[in-house]
Amino acid sequence: MKLSGLMVALFATTTAAHAEGVLNIYNWGDYTNPELIEKFEKTYDVKVTMTDYDSNETALAKARLGNTGFDIAVPSQSHLPIWIAEGLLLETNPGQMENGKNIAPDWADPDFDPGRKYSAPWQHGTIGIAVNTDVYKGPLDSWAIAFDPPAELQGKVNVVPEMSDIIFGAIAYNGGELCSADEEILKKAHATLVNAKQHWAAMEYGTIELMLAGDFAATIDWNGSAMRQRLENPAITYVHPKEGVATWSDNVVVLKEAQNVENAKLFQNFIMDPENAALISAFARYANGIAGSEEFMPEDMKGAPELTIAEHARANTVNMRICDPEVQDIYTRIWTDVLK
Amino acid sequence: MSQSAIRADYRRTLTRRWLLSSPALLIVLLAATGPLLVVLLYSFLKAGPYGGVLPEFSPEAWIGVVMQRGLFDDTLSIADAHLAIFWRSIRLSLETTLLTLIFGFPTAYFIATRPPNTRELWLFLITIPFWTNLLIRTFAILQIIRNDGTINTVLLKLGLIGEPIRMLYTDGAILAGMVYVYLPLMVLPLYASMEKLDFRIVEAGYDLYATPFRVLRLVIIPLVKPGIVAGCILVFIPSLGAYVTPNVLGGGKNLMIGNLIELQFGQGRNWPLGSALSISLMAVVMAALIVYVRNADKTGGHHG
Repeated sequence: MKLSGLMVALFATTTAAHAEGVLNIYNWGDYTNPELIEKFEKTYDVKVTMTDYDSNETALAKARLGNTGFDIAVPSQSHLPIWIAEGLLLETNPGQMENGKNIAPDWADPDFDPGRKYSAPWQHGTIGIAVNTDVYKGPLDSWAIAFDPPAELQGKVNVVPEMSDIIFGAIAYNGGELCSADEEILKKAHATLVNAKQHWAAMEYGTIELMLAGDFAATIDWNGSAMRQRLENPAITYVHPKEGVATWSDNVVVLKEAQNVENAKLFQNFIMDPENAALISAFARYANGIAGSEEFMPEDMKGAPELTIAEHARANTVNMRICDPEVQDIYTRIWTDVLK
Repeated sequence: MSQSAIRADYRRTLTRRWLLSSPALLIVLLAATGPLLVVLLYSFLKAGPYGGVLPEFSPEAWIGVVMQRGLFDDTLSIADAHLAIFWRSIRLSLETTLLTLIFGFPTAYFIATRPPNTRELWLFLITIPFWTNLLIRTFAILQIIRNDGTINTVLLKLGLIGEPIRMLYTDGAILAGMVYVYLPLMVLPLYASMEKLDFRIVEAGYDLYATPFRVLRLVIIPLVKPGIVAGCILVFIPSLGAYVTPNVLGGGKNLMIGNLIELQFGQGRNWPLGSALSISLMAVVMAALIVYVRNADKTGGHHG
């Protein structure tokens, strides 16, 4: 009798703790500032648990299966419409939250989440090319650096193995558009990639260290990663290719199956505070979509060239989205053929 | 006891045996066969638009393993991309197996011919790499062979070379890494069968004026053949699915079977094709096993 009473009491306290003080976040690896999490934990007396994922596909597949135990995920804008359409998300209306007013006008009503009904902005960036200008001194404005590399870069180019981004680059380089199914364009893009591959050193994600060590002299990369490289080696310059720059963003959403909805909402509101958004950017070096966060950012991020799309590329900037399944199927086969 | 009573007793024993072994059977069934059946089932379903599968029968994935629609028209042809990738993995596994055998055989022989009390120390040294995670061992090799890695730094400092030798991201780097990682799997079974080798027979061979090479070929190799076969199987099969080592040391420019399968479940969003490719990989492994087992039986017959 006594024992079961004790058990009940114990059970009651653990459930209570579970309901009040916990938040489980599922986010990309090496992406979350520990200081941000610490601050959130202190402010709201909540214990945060972080779990990493490495691709949108992994995160989506897991969320579909359910019972993840996660409250929050951070899908890319390309995949966010699928999460919404499949009913995986809770409509928390971050746009209407107290800090929702801080969202920069460009990001307040995006087409991947009209009216910000589900998502709060986390970070956004571009894909381009980081080049070591000690090795290559030519013009810095084209995908040609990676797809038709000059002699001094041949054999020293790395390409991140991100299929959608790389195929977009090859299509843009040949004058096509994002998710193009135009046969002529795709034939040219395929030829570009096949021909370029002989000049590539590797296809690696971990670019920062290898660029700094000199194993690579150029790499297709994201702007935040390029900035982290430049801060260590000023000769490394980020290129916005004039033929086409793709912008992407990652956004914080609350899962429908979330166990800690109130804490998750608090977190969405918390990261839209300019001071906290600046903490996010200070770590991964991407812009965050929250107006007024610049003044809280580290000095070396203010006016950083990586964060503003260069004049020559502005006209050809597109918002990343997911391509139709049929188009994606052709892309996978082109990709497999290039890497066979 | 009457006949029927004995039979009933026997039946009871049988039932009890089945009941007692049922937990093990259940685990084998659920944990090993179950997931495999799911993979098999998935390979016959239609691909979901954004990953996953639709509950609709489709042979599309299996056709996709060996045949491909033209990239830009609807003609069917042999999927040379998939075949090239399968062949790359198989070739790498064969090369790895051969090299580990070449390096592993003398190593195992060396250990087996040491005084018994020191053999354990040598074996212990062989197993030390297993204490560390595969990924860490692979990155350790990367540190050694990269442009500003240990080898290049030492050679540059000694003035032997003017600029770093590019070793990372070459086929040689992949092979070296694979051999390093899988060598213990070859040495251990080889040692196990060499330890049982009766060296008096080897001495008898020399007494009969056989050259060392003839002794090796006609006496030692036939006697340790079970160890050779076991070692080759243990190295060949995991190398087929090797994924981390070729990726890290080879730079991931050329897909291996493992990468190709991963691509289908990830960015390719074609789970049925990924499942069909996984099962094809298993079929290759099975074929290799059957060849080895048959071979082993034959030699067993001759010398047993």
